[in-house]
Formats: sequence, structure tokens, C-alpha cells
Amino acid sequence: MSPEPFLGDVAHTPVRLHILSVLVENKAGVLARIAGLFARRGFNIYSLAVAPAESHARFSRVTIVVDAESAPLEQIMGQLDKLVNVVAITDLAPRDAVERELLLATITTDTANRTPLLDVLASAGAAIIDVDPGAVTVMLAGTPTSCDELEKSLEDFAEVELHRTGRVALPRLGRAPSA
Amino acid sequence: MQLTGAQALIKSLEQEGVDTIFGLPGGAILPVYDPLIDSTIRHILVRHEQGAGHMAEGYALATGRPGVAMVTSGPGATNIVTPIANAHMDSTPLVVITGQVATSAIGTDAFQECDITGITMGITKHNFLVQSAQEIPRAVAAAFHLATTGRPGPVLIDVPKDVTQSMMDWWYPATVEEFDLPGYRPEVALDDDVVARAVALINESERPVLYVGGGTLKSHASLELLEFAERTGMPVVTTLMARGAFPDSHAQHLGMPGMHGMYAAVTAIQRSDLLISLGARFDDRVTGKIPAFAPNAKVIHVDIDKAEFNKVRVADVSVQSNVAAALRAFDASGAMPRNLDVWWKTIREWQADFPLVYDEPSADGPLRPQHVIEAIAASAAPGTIVAAGVGQHQMWASQFWKFEEPGTWVNSGGAGTMGFGVPAAIGAKVGRPERTVWCIDGDGCFQMTAQELVTARSEGIPIKVAILNNAYLGMVRQWQEMFYDERYSEVYLNADLPDYVKWAEAMGCVGLRARNLEEMHAVIAEANAINDVPVIIDFRTDSSEKVFPMVASGASNDDIMVHPSQRGGAQ
Repeated sequence: MSPEPFLGDVAHTPVRLHILSVLVENKAGVLARIAGLFARRGFNIYSLAVAPAESHARFSRVTIVVDAESAPLEQIMGQLDKLVNVVAITDLAPRDAVERELLLATITTDTANRTPLLDVLASAGAAIIDVDPGAVTVMLAGTPTSCDELEKSLEDFAEVELHRTGRVALPRLGRAPSA
Repeated sequence: MQLTGAQALIKSLEQEGVDTIFGLPGGAILPVYDPLIDSTIRHILVRHEQGAGHMAEGYALATGRPGVAMVTSGPGATNIVTPIANAHMDSTPLVVITGQVATSAIGTDAFQECDITGITMGITKHNFLVQSAQEIPRAVAAAFHLATTGRPGPVLIDVPKDVTQSMMDWWYPATVEEFDLPGYRPEVALDDDVVARAVALINESERPVLYVGGGTLKSHASLELLEFAERTGMPVVTTLMARGAFPDSHAQHLGMPGMHGMYAAVTAIQRSDLLISLGARFDDRVTGKIPAFAPNAKVIHVDIDKAEFNKVRVADVSVQSNVAAALRAFDASGAMPRNLDVWWKTIREWQADFPLVYDEPSADGPLRPQHVIEAIAASAAPGTIVAAGVGQHQMWASQFWKFEEPGTWVNSGGAGTMGFGVPAAIGAKVGRPERTVWCIDGDGCFQMTAQELVTARSEGIPIKVAILNNAYLGMVRQWQEMFYDERYSEVYLNADLPDYVKWAEAMGCVGLRARNLEEMHAVIAEANAINDVPVIIDFRTDSSEKVFPMVASGASNDDIMVHPSQRGGAQ
């Protein structure tokens, strides 16, 4: 379960990664069922994001980026579909999807690094969402690639903490996803 | 109508037509055992929860109806984990009810608490932790629906004690919609294009084999299979899980394929140009070395579970369907292979050259285990059900018993659970009391679950148990002899310890022993004459006897080892 860093942009996403958008019943233990299935079948999860779907509490949407080289995608989807709480699975090839991810980072600041930091944030389109005299917390909601780029740029600064959500995705308009 | 959750649970089981529960009470499930007294449902009180699970499996395999087991929380629940795993591997419909500590105590390491839904997540088709008494009917109805439809399997319902003790307004779901299973779609319509592609492959085949798996029995497709096989004239092989799906006496039946399969069955698959898999899953015990398995065959894979497609062997056509519907569709399309005369001529030569054989037994003993099985079969009533444990005796039973109809072979296939035989035979007898039930067991297996004969005796379940006592964990011994330079490590059991006759008698059963041919015939006749209590026979068999044919683990099926007396010639 140690994926290689993923640094390409959407158009150059390695084909082995697939995005599965999985609608599940919002019931206790569903995430454990999915995680358990991936673990016991030896499927690799690259990233995973979960939230209630379409604002009603009955379903949640789980966006799983899977490594389709750890097992054939057909196997992963077939086994996943057998979980009784899984309602629907949409396979999104990265080039057929719009993907976004949220990045939060807290960076230690001082008079020397403030200006270059502001330049990095401005060019990445990141926003400052919290400040104190010695640090700022910044946010970027963007493509996984833009989050990768910001993460790389922030390596030059004394970073306190950086969190990413894992991506969520929807089909690119005008492209039919394979169900 | 106001009921307690416990009453609602029992009433829900009655609603599902349950006639028998195999179980053992304890603290957390105690409330449910009270309304059971007033129910028409028969409860079989087991001596160990593993016995309850295997009995429920035996009941399900013999009747085709779901088996039901009920146990308490904690160790009661963990003791039934092995049968659940076994049922999951063999797609056996099972509903297991476990007591759980009160909802307020869950997560506090309370007395006899364990996370049984977590433990069984990977070995059930689905499981439920019921949160309120009002939800009990839905959970039970959904559990039976899940266990018995699509690819069957075990479903567990975990019921906290406060849930069974609280009150509910009685209701019962009337439709599938009320089961609240939005993600469950067990049946799919057959795709005409897929059927047409399958039929095209059949029509151009010259060396087809019908590779029949357990799914054929699960979908009650024996009649469709018989019709299809006879109309097309194709050879049939039945896997360990499918024994009885096609009559062994039928001229087109080549027997069991796989590691200990018949030479002709194994070799026909290897040389086939088309393999029609009917509810089989290309298990490693059938395929041997996968790249060498049926190397020139195209594959039509019929399965209700689409996750089986291309899991082990890439299929040319995958037909998602139950076996019966697929065979009817193939028939309706007039599927017909080319002339099979040459193919059958070749197969008949294999059958003639390499029949199942064993060495002649000597009159003074030790007995030949294969001969014991044939002798029991020869005097058994038609339709006798045979249960087995796991090991050499299981393979010999599958090879030498002749199965003619579904539900007559009860065994542990995928999981290979030693100790399955005795409790599974008891469950089968409960489900089919009019049938004679023989358990062909090994001495190692027998010692694992023999205590359930106390259950059988006290509940009036007269099964017959043939222990093929070779004083060893025989299959392991066979591997150590063949692949570990005869270095025998921890496989000797001692034929005289325990004394099986005394043990049988201590359990209220009849105990018999046979050391030579004369005794063998006498005790079989004696056992056949006893129909009121269980009979246990200690057959003293030859320790050095091995199961043949054999494909070594990981070897190609082309390298099948036949019986030593058949070697050196045409191989």
C-alpha cells in the first residue's frame, strides 16, 4: 500500500490509476467493508474520499482511486459490486473525469519568507484561511496536479503540516462513463 | 400486536418457513430461547457451536433450503466462524443468528463481547447488527433473501440483548422493496448476443467438455444439464462440489476432474477445444498449474457471479446467468457441436486404460478403504446421502461412491474443513429424515467433532458413521511419503486410542469394529439393520494406502500420476 508519488497532470495520468465513484448506503461499517475487501483481495487503494451524497443521508459517495495494476479493474469492480451496501459503481478513466482535491497547509512564516510565500500562493491560486504572527494556514482546491505542484513548491518553506483530502471526481461532460 | 424483539425474531423465522434451528444458548441470546419454547420450530441442542454451523450446512446441502443456526455472543459466535467460512467458500445458504451484548455495552469490552460482524465481514455474503426491535423482521427477511438468491451464501444477524428484550409493533416485510437492499440485484437478464457467441463456440467445437460445478446444484439445473448433455452428446465432468448434479451411472459422465480426479475426466479437459464451465470457479484443485490447464480450450464461463469471470482463467464468452437459464437458452438456440465420434473414441480409450483401481484386499486385513466404501455403497438404500470430512477418505468417497441425484453428497470443498462430516451428516438427516445418511469419515476428522453424536443420540437422529481408521492424518501422511522423503512429521494418531467402540457406546450409540473382510461385511449388515440410534464403525484400514490418481500441487494436469499398478505403459 505504498503508491508511488503521482505527479502527472490529468492528461498524463498513468493508465494504471482508475477512479471509481462508488455510491454506497450510508450505514455503519460500510467503509470497513470496502477497506476489508481491498485488503483481503490484495487490491491497492491510492486515495479515498467519503462524504454524504446529494445531501440526503441515505447514501454516501466514496471516491476510490485504485491501482488497476494490483488487480484487473474488472475484478475490483466485480468484487466491490458484490458488497450488498454498494449501490452503484462508476468507473472514470482519469481523462474522462474532472477531478478536484483540497489541500490545507500550515507554514511557519517570518519576515524573510513572507514575500516568496505570498508569491507561491498567488501563482498557485491558494488562499490564506488562518493567520497568526508566526504561521499561516493556506488552502487550495484544485486539480490533483495543482495540489501536487503547490505541495512541491512548499517544500522550500518550513512547513508545519500539510493535509490532502484525496480526490473527488465526476464524469467530464460529453463523455459517457462506463458503469 | 406488541411483541418483544425475541418473540419477533422467532416469529420472523417461522414466517420464513424455518422448521429447524441448530444452536446452543448463552447469556446474550437468552431472551430468544424463551419464546422458542412456544414455537413450532424444532431446536437441536448441539454440544459445540461449530457443530451447529456444520449441521445447518448439512441440512442446506441435503435439502436445498437455507440452514439456520443460533448461538450466543463472544465465544459462542467465534466457535461458529469456521462453519461460516466453510459455507462462504462453498456458497451454501446459511442464516446464523448470534446474540450480542446490549447496545449500551458494545465497545466496552463487556463480558462475552466480540465484534462478530467485524470478524465475519470477509466470510459472509452480508451481515447485520440489528439496532432496534422494530428492525428485526426486516433483518431476518433480508437475510433469507440474501442467503438464498443470486450466488447463495452465509448471512449473519447479530442481535444485542436489549434489542431482543425491548418491545416492537409486529410487522413483516411483504415485498423485496421493504428489505431495504438498494444495492442488491441478484438476477440479471441473459444477454442474447452473449448467448449467440457462446452457441457459435459450441457449434464449431470438436472436443467439448461440460465442466459442471456446484453452481449447477445451487441453481437446481440437473434436469436442464441432463437434457442439454444428452441432446448434444458432450462429455460431462462434475467437480467435488457438483457430485450428484449428473448421474454417475450415465455413459457421458467421466467423473470428477482435478487433483484426485478420474484420468479420463482430467485428460479430457486438458485435450478439449471447448470448456463449458457451468457454475464452476476454476479452483486450483481443478486447474493444477493454471498456464497448463486446458491449454487449447476456448472457454464459455456461465456463472451468476460476474466477479468469477476472468478471475483465474480468461473466458472467451462470459455468460452471467444461473446455470439452468443459460442451458435453456443454449438449447433454445439449437447449440450443437460437430461430430464427436473421434473425441469419444479417444475418451473411451483413456477410460479403458486408466479406470479407478485399488489393490486387492487380503481377507485377513487390513481393509482397503476404497473397498469399504464400495461395500457400504453396495448395500445402501437408493438415494442414500453421504457426508464426508476432509482428506483421503473424502476423496475416496467422491471417487468410489456412485452419486445419482442432487443433494446426496455433503462435503466441505473450498475450505477443506476437517471435522465437517459428523455434524453435516446429522444436519442432512434432520433435513431428509426418510433417507439413510452415511458419514464416511477419517479417524482424524472424527476426533474433531465426534461429540455431536451425543446430540444425535439425544435428539433421535440415527446416522451411520464409517471411520476409515488408518491411524494417521492420512492425506498429510500421503504428501509426506511422496514429497517429503517419507519423513513423517506429526501425523501418527494411533488406531487404538481412542477406543472408538467404547467412545460410541459412551455417547449412547452402537459401536462396531471390523479388522478383516468377514467382519467388514458383518458390521455393514449390522449397521444397516439399526435405524433407531447412531452407529459408529471403526474400520481398520491400511495406513499406506494413497489416493490416486493424483496431480501434485502446482503441477500440470498433464503430469497426472495414476495408480502404481497402471504405470509404465501408455502414460
